[in-house]
Amino acid sequence: MDGTVSERSVGLVTPQRARFDEPLRLKSGVVLDGYDLVYETYGTLDAQASNAVLVCHALNASHHVAGRYADDPDNVGWWDNMIGPGKPLDTNRFFVIGVNNLGGCHGSTGPRTINAKTGKPWGGDFPIVTVEDWVAAQARLADRLGIERFAAVMGGSLGAMQALAWTIQYPERLRHALVIACTPKLSAQNIAFNEVARQAIITDPDFHEGHYQEHGATPKRGLRVARMVGHITYLSDDEMASKFGRQLKHGKLNYSFDTEFEIESYLRHQGNKFAEYFDANTYLRITKVLDYFDPAFDHGGNLTQALAPAQAAFLVISFTTDWRFSPERSREIVKALLDNRRDVTYAEIDAPHGHDAFLLDDARYHRLVAAYFERIAQELAA
Amino acid sequence: MSRNGNGISRADFAAIAAWIKQGSRVLDLGCGDGSLLRYLKEKRDITGCGVEIDDAKVLACVKNGISVIQTDLERGLADFTDHSFDYVVLSQTIQAVKNSERIIREMLRVGREGIVTFPNFGYWKNRLQVLRGHMPVSDNMPYEWFDTPNVHLCTVEDFERFCAQRRIRVLESKVLTRGRAVHLWPNLLGALAVYHFGSAAAQ
Repeated sequence: MDGTVSERSVGLVTPQRARFDEPLRLKSGVVLDGYDLVYETYGTLDAQASNAVLVCHALNASHHVAGRYADDPDNVGWWDNMIGPGKPLDTNRFFVIGVNNLGGCHGSTGPRTINAKTGKPWGGDFPIVTVEDWVAAQARLADRLGIERFAAVMGGSLGAMQALAWTIQYPERLRHALVIACTPKLSAQNIAFNEVARQAIITDPDFHEGHYQEHGATPKRGLRVARMVGHITYLSDDEMASKFGRQLKHGKLNYSFDTEFEIESYLRHQGNKFAEYFDANTYLRITKVLDYFDPAFDHGGNLTQALAPAQAAFLVISFTTDWRFSPERSREIVKALLDNRRDVTYAEIDAPHGHDAFLLDDARYHRLVAAYFERIAQELAA
Repeated sequence: MSRNGNGISRADFAAIAAWIKQGSRVLDLGCGDGSLLRYLKEKRDITGCGVEIDDAKVLACVKNGISVIQTDLERGLADFTDHSFDYVVLSQTIQAVKNSERIIREMLRVGREGIVTFPNFGYWKNRLQVLRGHMPVSDNMPYEWFDTPNVHLCTVEDFERFCAQRRIRVLESKVLTRGRAVHLWPNLLGALAVYHFGSAAAQ
């Protein structure tokens, strides 16, 4: 994320909170009695409530999708380059919703929340959630906001998985799905990286079985390593080479375990920054959300069958240098959609940045998303 | 993969539309900016999908409201299931495909029927340019020898022979010059060929 706010920003935004008292049965079988969701909205919902776009967040992001806060002006929304007045997702035309998912650490009910039954933070006892659970919770928020049918549900990476799940779980509730840098399921390698991240956290002496809050501790060392591992998978080899190469931190080799190379310094910086604000229990759960996502699992591995209920039109986008969720994985989704005779547009963006490309301001990518939303706007007007 | 000359396209659009049934499913290979599919949507109320490799053309398709899959035709049509379309169209692209025979086979696997259009190399103006000692340059083949994407140019008679040898059943064909049907000596007087075919097994 580049952290700059252009003139075409939604400006100052304020998060809102919605309380849900109706119990939610999670995919794991555990029932969550009630929960809060924190969300932000930009733009105006039209009289027919037809122009709503739900933006789903990926691993470490939140409901803060665009704009900035009055009391924290440096905290710019994570997809601010995509969403705003005159931007690809134009808030002059669309009503945009960002929501912090269940189990998150940005205000929605999660491991840091006090469990009403015990009077203590949930911590390690917070249940394991799934993409499907998140989507079910989002659907209730949509009900609350009076949105029967979204113009589009959109996301990148884990966010894209939610968009895909929407088309299966609530096929009649969205016109379009924008599925960016996605995969229909994690590979063994993807799961392996997640497991390394989890082990780093769980084996941190400050983890205390997830009840570190009660112990006045934070497993920062584990979180740091987890983030460092994750970060490697977000960048392409070429991008790392061109950004850092073998540049030395101190201009000469010191033959020590201090940072010798710029890449080490960069990863440590990313890890430190992350460990300051992100919750370890949330991180553990979100990596599990990723691992468990596999809509074809209940259909004997047949993705075409899994996507059979979908009614939406799709824009699927992949990035050539994304080795985490490569274009081949997006093609599996495209093929399954074509097999179901769904309306699908697929673009493969030649970008050097790896998986992170979906967050970056690439002209070809943004022009395409802008054109697609133009098409949606025209359909709504027709 | 891109479509040759733009101005001339309209002529084969009408010829193609005439063969396409109302409300059918059409896959357009090398669909350019999606104009043909848009035309068929308007004239024949088809459900269409394009295949295109070029970034700018993929964007143009989205702007045209046409669904498009960005892929290289040379990879084949692995993303498409057998008989998932009524028609597969290859309009002014076959001459630029490396493996022309494979793409025709793929068209008949994915579609029930195929429609192909190509510039007739046997057109008298082309022959004349060759006789004068030069590679032909025309509206349908607007490239110089050094920058042409065309690697498999053929004549109307070459294509007929190709179909006969491979038991590809020609259902209908037209040869056009400046948008008008040519009936007399089509291989000599026709600039653009339009063929509608099915597999022999379907007989």
